Amino acid sequence: MKLSPSIALIGNPNAGKSSLFNQLTGLRQKTGNFPGVTVDKKSGPWSINAETVATIVDFPGIYSIYPKSLDEQIVTDILANPAHADYPDVAVVVVDASNLHRNLLLFTQVADLGVPVVLALNMLDVAKAEGKEVNAVRLAMRLGVPVVRINARTGEGLDQLKKAVLGQIKEPVLSGKLFFDPADEATGLITDTRNQYQLDNNYLALQYLIQHDGFSFLSRPQQIGLDALIDKYAFNEQKFQAGETITRYKRIATITAEVVANQRPVNQATWTQKLDRILLHPVWGYAIFGFILLLIFQAIFAWAQPFMDGIDAGVAWINGQLKESLPAGPLTDLLTDGILAGVGGILVFIPQIAFLFFLVALLEESGYMSRVMVIMDRIMRKFGLNGRSVVPLISGVACAVPAIMATRSIGTRRDRLITILVTPLMSCSARLPIYTILIALVVPKQRVLGLFNLQGLALMGLYLLGLLSALLAAYILKLLLKTKERGYFIMELPTFKMPRWNHVGLTVWESVRAFVWEAGRVILAISIVLWVLASYGPGDSMDVAEAQVRQNNPTLAADELANRVASDRLEASYAGQFGHFIEPVIRPLGYDWKIGIALLSSFAAREVFVGTMSTIYSIGSGDDEEGVTIRERLRQERNPKTGGPMYTPALAWSLLIFYVFAMMCMSTLAATQRETKSWKWPAVQLVYMMGLAYVAAFFTYQFMQ
Amino acid sequence: MSKRSVADLKIGERAVIQSFSDQLMSLKLLEMGCLPGAQVCLQAKAPLGDPICLSVSGYCLALRKSEAATILIDN
Repeated sequence: MKLSPSIALIGNPNAGKSSLFNQLTGLRQKTGNFPGVTVDKKSGPWSINAETVATIVDFPGIYSIYPKSLDEQIVTDILANPAHADYPDVAVVVVDASNLHRNLLLFTQVADLGVPVVLALNMLDVAKAEGKEVNAVRLAMRLGVPVVRINARTGEGLDQLKKAVLGQIKEPVLSGKLFFDPADEATGLITDTRNQYQLDNNYLALQYLIQHDGFSFLSRPQQIGLDALIDKYAFNEQKFQAGETITRYKRIATITAEVVANQRPVNQATWTQKLDRILLHPVWGYAIFGFILLLIFQAIFAWAQPFMDGIDAGVAWINGQLKESLPAGPLTDLLTDGILAGVGGILVFIPQIAFLFFLVALLEESGYMSRVMVIMDRIMRKFGLNGRSVVPLISGVACAVPAIMATRSIGTRRDRLITILVTPLMSCSARLPIYTILIALVVPKQRVLGLFNLQGLALMGLYLLGLLSALLAAYILKLLLKTKERGYFIMELPTFKMPRWNHVGLTVWESVRAFVWEAGRVILAISIVLWVLASYGPGDSMDVAEAQVRQNNPTLAADELANRVASDRLEASYAGQFGHFIEPVIRPLGYDWKIGIALLSSFAAREVFVGTMSTIYSIGSGDDEEGVTIRERLRQERNPKTGGPMYTPALAWSLLIFYVFAMMCMSTLAATQRETKSWKWPAVQLVYMMGLAYVAAFFTYQFMQ
Repeated sequence: MSKRSVADLKIGERAVIQSFSDQLMSLKLLEMGCLPGAQVCLQAKAPLGDPICLSVSGYCLALRKSEAATILIDN
């Protein structure tokens, strides 16, 4: 007996698969990708008994083994390929007992593929509340496979599940006869296919015929060979598949009639239906959604603030301690001004990301998010998007990387691509510090109409600008990207449920961890490079600059002199020379070489902008005076040409507008590359967004000046 | 009178699915339990009347009006 068998969890969306997965693995789960594809893979150890620890893999939820989206493709790709690393020894098919009829369709297909199966009958309590009793013993007899009653939320029935799975590992009981045998209707074709591809299962042979274009494990000649077989027998795949579904459901209906005792009072509205009358109401539906959006924004901006301030203060404190306790020198500077300043810039976003994903997870867990998709579909469609695009767009307010990964549930390729391309226009939390610093610089702290804060309105305006530009870009892309593929929106509306708090917690943890890890690595690297570039110059250029300052200003006070020295040294450094090099390009936007350095370094991640500004202005001003914030430094900065303030409203707004549109995030580009599997789309994204940013900032500066 | 489809239903109205007018769409709809002979009931319409929510084979299915129009029903 194999001591580390592989178990697959398969089932319809909302059947309780993830709950069961969490029950079985505890919190010892790993996330990664299925080999060769970017689809999320959750796996974890499951101790079945003393000598058997299985690896359990949570597959994406599907309705049938004919996939509709990228996510779903992976399931058939594995189940049809016994050589795959993730091919299960046993497939546990989780079935919602309150909707046995539809759930059994997938079960019969998986069983027909020849995978040893155990049917886990879940949500019996829900079925009971609806007046339905399911006879598990009779179901097991009719299907010829082990059936186990479980409750994935409470963990009941897991012992029986263990026994059944162990039994299937030791001596697999296959249901013998195929539930639906394609050879009944296409004998010659199926026999030919089996012989040609050495298959011993009729249903698998059918899958080869219908799905070979999507099977990654078939070589090109093999796929062409299947096309030839289809032509030879004039096989109509769609018609056959429709016939298969109808036949399966007919047989399932006779079984459910036998095993389900239904005392459901007819025509009695469930409380989900009653709630839907309000949530999908023409007026209340939007009002409630609007209110929830407001709550999300409130959480991100107001509630997260104290936590962010706390982290900020904590990092500053550690920085101070390190500076005091470590010997002064380049290494200490690198650690404090370079690394810690950069990493602190990431950590400070954790509260916002956590709050956003907490609320989004709550909405998804409760079942409300599907309603949002329904009420938004009609509007989103006008812009070439889809009701399902709502989740990525909302998530984009925190971070575009998880938002882009959330587009996988969009079944239509074009809708998904457009959503990916426009999501980074949503103002993510990395833009927030740039917004707040610059707004504080040029927008007076003043109340309007006694209610609104002018600075707050400016901030909201920038977010709205991001949203509007995302919709507009989607609309233009919709006109540009022609496709024969038809968009569709067919979705189950789950019943409302209490959120499972451990799921919510896990989602928050996963998104925070991914953000810190993905963004953190980039920022760490850039902080170090930037610090080096700003601290050293070619040859002795920096020393020459210092000597010149000292020579030309013999009468200056020590403080003032140190500032001038540091500033000129920076200008002579690699970073400074680089900034001067690109100055002609950014001059029309109103920027100087210092902003140029910050722009360039923030190409990798916007968060770096503020960090870079602090680095440049703190290096450029000699000793750090206590309590002088970066905002003050910017206010004090003088324009060397005019003698007036450097940061005029025109410049600040030009920068703000630039950052609304600019695609300055390597992680996002990498995510786009991963999700579209091409370099073309990240390139398109980079070019159109940077172009937009440059043009918009140019006009802003030129008009306001 | 031409064939009625699910898209023509009023809220609360019941009907029995007869056939499909679009083969490709019918594959998706069949799998979701929209079978010839199955009873459907229009539960709700999203604001602006589209998509619609259909009660079919024991659960609630949301779909666009254009997709619902491919599900033909008994008159």
